[in-house]
Amino acid sequence: MNLTVNGVESTIESGPLTSLLDVLRDELGVTSPKAGCEQGGCGACTVIVDGEPRRSCLTPVASVDGASVTTVEGLGSPEDMAPIQQAFTHHYAAQCGFCTSGMMMAAQAYIDRGGSDDPEAIQEALGGHVCRCTGYVKIIDAVGAAARGDSFDMTVTAAGTAMTNLGGVV
Amino acid sequence: MASEVLVPSSPAEAVELFGDGAGTTVVGGGTVVVPEMSYGRLHPARVLLLTRAGLAGITTAGTTVTIGATTSVGALIELEGHVAALAACARNVADYEVRGQATVGGNLCGHGDLQGCLLALDATARSTGAGGVRTEPLEEFLANRGGRLLLDVTFELPAASAFVVLDYPHTHEYTVLAVTGVRTAGGDTRLAATGVAGAGARLRSAEALASDPDAAAAAAASDVTFVDDALASAWYREQTLPVLVRRVLNQLEESA
Repeated sequence: MNLTVNGVESTIESGPLTSLLDVLRDELGVTSPKAGCEQGGCGACTVIVDGEPRRSCLTPVASVDGASVTTVEGLGSPEDMAPIQQAFTHHYAAQCGFCTSGMMMAAQAYIDRGGSDDPEAIQEALGGHVCRCTGYVKIIDAVGAAARGDSFDMTVTAAGTAMTNLGGVV
Repeated sequence: MASEVLVPSSPAEAVELFGDGAGTTVVGGGTVVVPEMSYGRLHPARVLLLTRAGLAGITTAGTTVTIGATTSVGALIELEGHVAALAACARNVADYEVRGQATVGGNLCGHGDLQGCLLALDATARSTGAGGVRTEPLEEFLANRGGRLLLDVTFELPAASAFVVLDYPHTHEYTVLAVTGVRTAGGDTRLAATGVAGAGARLRSAEALASDPDAAAAAAASDVTFVDDALASAWYREQTLPVLVRRVLNQLEESA
């Protein structure tokens, strides 16, 4: 089996029923997808498979043989963040961060399919993603800002706090 | 022991490899079976993975709609302009990602959010297993689905349809209780519920009184058995079913 993960093609040695999540994390060392509930209910393992957001924990790797997979690592780098990453940072939309990878991949897919900044539509798109810090308002704000195509000042948060004071990205 | 994994590349190959179904675990979208394996509750010896079996897709020929078993639940939303109830029912299942992955066949044969809706549409089911391929009313298939592999479901486009459901306490809960109403091209009304005991159920007593929503609502409870489960008590469902029947009939009347 083969997978192209974030543009890099790999031959997969894991068994055909191994979940895509385990293949990404354990075989390929791509650790942004998180093992949360591992039954599809929390959203933390969400990745984009051939353009569609999918729960990697529910996906036997054989079912996506030959597919192209994008994770947070493929969105951008700390030096060159993708708009959705800038939006999450600027809006301070991550607290503990465990749900953030899945949230960002679902949000990226939502924007890619033409999603707007309508809060209700964003809530529907992120409906399967659980944030146990309950920071939903800032997450929805961040996705809305990215959907609008806002540009972000990465030296301050949306609330006006200097990033350096928060120990964040400068 | 590692599982034998079979990945058929055509419907005919899927039928052949499934055979009589003995000892075979079917994986469609994976949303039900994969967590069972991940948590070590299921160690299948022989797995039929349907991803590439060519069983996905919605086809319309005249007024006849056929839905392949591995069509995603989310794809049913495309039918919104033709079968409003089925689109609404699909939209109510889980979330965007799980809907995109879960299959119609897996849902119908498993927890069954779609059962009531497709029963109200009087769908027929084509399946394979011991004795070969057979086509039968969905109601009969659901009653005897053990050891069968669903291939597709077919129904006639209705003149109107409506779907009402109890709101979920959480995105991922299965349907607590829902009622679908269908007005046929000939003017008949069919009603069916999801969330009652066992498989979804036609509400035939209520159908016979469909012109009088209050009478139909009162009669509906006689068509089903109510059970307690983690989502709701039997008492709660019994109190709520008449409300949903009345609402669905009123919606049907408005959309006609």
